[in-house]
Amino acid sequence: MTFWLLLTVNSITFGGLLFLLSSGFSLIFGLMRIPNLTHGSMFMVGAYLGTTFLSGTLGFTLDFWAAAVIAALEVAILGALMERLLLRRLAGQQLAQVLVTLGVSFMVADLCLMGWGGDPISVATPAGLGGFVRAGPAVFPLYRVAVIGIAVVFAVALWLMLERTRLGAMIRAGVDDPQMARVVGIRVSRLFTIVFGLGAGLAGFAGMIGGPILSVYPGLDQDMLPLALVVVILGGTGSLLGSFVGSIIVGFIYNFGQALLPELAYFVLFLPMVLVLVLRPQGLFGGQVL
Amino acid sequence: MSRTVSRRKLLAGAAAGTAAVAMRFPAPAIAQAAPFRLGLLTVKTGPLAQGGILMEQGVLTYLKEKNYTLGGRKTDLFTADTGGNPAGAKTKAQELVERDKVDAIVGPLAAFELYAISEYITQQKVPTLSLAAADNLTQRTPNPFLLRASATSSQATQPLGHYAATELKHKRTVTVSEDFAFGHEQMGGYQAAFAKDGGCVVNKLWPPLVTPDYTPYIAQIGDCDCVCQGFAGSNPLRFMKQYANAGMKYPVLAGEAGADDFLLKSFGDEALGLVSAAPYTLDLESDGNQRFVSGMLKNFDAIPGQYAALLYGNCQVLDAALHAAGGDIGDKEKFMAALRNVSLTDTPRGPLKFDHLNNVIGTIYIRRTGREGAKYGLKLWNKTIKTYENVSQFWTWPEKEFLAHPVYSRDYPPLTKC
Repeated sequence: MTFWLLLTVNSITFGGLLFLLSSGFSLIFGLMRIPNLTHGSMFMVGAYLGTTFLSGTLGFTLDFWAAAVIAALEVAILGALMERLLLRRLAGQQLAQVLVTLGVSFMVADLCLMGWGGDPISVATPAGLGGFVRAGPAVFPLYRVAVIGIAVVFAVALWLMLERTRLGAMIRAGVDDPQMARVVGIRVSRLFTIVFGLGAGLAGFAGMIGGPILSVYPGLDQDMLPLALVVVILGGTGSLLGSFVGSIIVGFIYNFGQALLPELAYFVLFLPMVLVLVLRPQGLFGGQVL
Repeated sequence: MSRTVSRRKLLAGAAAGTAAVAMRFPAPAIAQAAPFRLGLLTVKTGPLAQGGILMEQGVLTYLKEKNYTLGGRKTDLFTADTGGNPAGAKTKAQELVERDKVDAIVGPLAAFELYAISEYITQQKVPTLSLAAADNLTQRTPNPFLLRASATSSQATQPLGHYAATELKHKRTVTVSEDFAFGHEQMGGYQAAFAKDGGCVVNKLWPPLVTPDYTPYIAQIGDCDCVCQGFAGSNPLRFMKQYANAGMKYPVLAGEAGADDFLLKSFGDEALGLVSAAPYTLDLESDGNQRFVSGMLKNFDAIPGQYAALLYGNCQVLDAALHAAGGDIGDKEKFMAALRNVSLTDTPRGPLKFDHLNNVIGTIYIRRTGREGAKYGLKLWNKTIKTYENVSQFWTWPEKEFLAHPVYSRDYPPLTKC
């Protein structure tokens, strides 16, 4: 019983973390039609920057949440700059853009190695969330439950942004039909920069939020990127609902697959992706932003 | 008046000085006049870089200490970055041998890298002192040009199994380690030695090398006295934290990489009480270790673990063999014999010698992680609680009996009913 409870809560937590990571990935994919292979790097850079604010090597220390937000903003700026300075020059050449993002991800990995060294960095659980929640015989770390809450808050906020704001309407239009969006006067290129920055920021934030669970280490980027890819292919590109549902599904498959069929853990993880690609290539919720 | 010395004068002076030196000492053999070319295969980029950089620091610390002289010969170091994958290891080994014409190689880091270059170093007859712990290369399929001065994967976990059964009085263990050769061989050694002394492994868990969250595996641990983890790289850090976060209370044992001293600065309270076995311990109070650790601190401001210590040891062994061979490495077979005959007492890990299959016989340290005795500004410390001296790769089994069973693997020894 404890086993099932622990795994269930953990699946939802992991799904929440994946949602923070993959919602941006999905929006970028949906709008710009490229899988952004630096997305894992942004997750890692966010975590590294956040830990730097916590460690006090800069002469001051920030509270965990402030560190997460500032790290996310910084990563968002880096993402926007990358879109503006690199990807923009390759507009329309999707293959070249994908290759550039892959190349940048390698460079970022080695820059992080130079900047922060190879030692894994452990991130302390934020004050007040270090305890446990008891539910019958099972014990859950409070922080993991909090991550679920954070994911839900972000899901609602993103939904409101997409559904209720002008920017959201423009993003939806861009995902639906970029040509038409341009024709009706939406500056799709500026939208690219905004969405790329937003996606990068979300990934950076997720990196810091994931820190107390995963810690930060070289290679974290390559660990997380395939998971984001699976989520987005499963849920459908450009779909917020798709990445939410996809994240939860992947969270469950990932956790239960490893616990029940450890030999087939990767097989079980990628099998739904293959099935979706064969039977419903647009993904479960592809083509609709919400 | 200007005090500048012209380049011509300087050269003339230098030439005169050299001539004077040459007159005073008998001219050395020609072979010794050429510098000794040492190749280092390590990993400086990618996820394994942290261990690889420590390896290089260990080598450099030794060379600096000896003023870049091994066995009386001036030494040039050629470092190659394999990127931590077999293909890279093969390419870089070729580069070192064919372009840089190295006389010997130290490294590589990982077992799959060593397997990738094993045949090549035999063909090229390059004496290689590896860190990698692919057991069979000094057991059932020995490579005559490989000398392992580090340890086999199972060399430390076999005493750990003995310690767990006889001193900690554990009866039932769940093992958990990465699903690759190093993990399989470590846990196999633990299981065999633990069973020999009456213990029983209840379950074996094999997470993939890349597992961001171990909780699904931790959830499967139960009905045991202790958990034995064989993680490497940064994985132990994450495993221990997630283990504590899941509210688990069974005591944890670890292999050599699972509690490596270089992780001490990153571990938190979750590592308290961790019992580990390793061929090197920062805690060892000896002149050899003192010299090594202060060199590492002085040169790199780095608190070393076994990656650096074992590479430093490799250089020491190479140095001793070169001395014994009079600096002559023309005959590679003879030089391998000289390497095998090396016996040292003052290495960072204590005394070491070699068996006839080119594998090290040395001390294995059992440590417990706590706060007591912490030095170098660390908050945690691996304190030695028992030492096993002269541990061979065969543990206490006779060599024949040991080699008669298959190499430790995912399924060997098999799980039995407890």
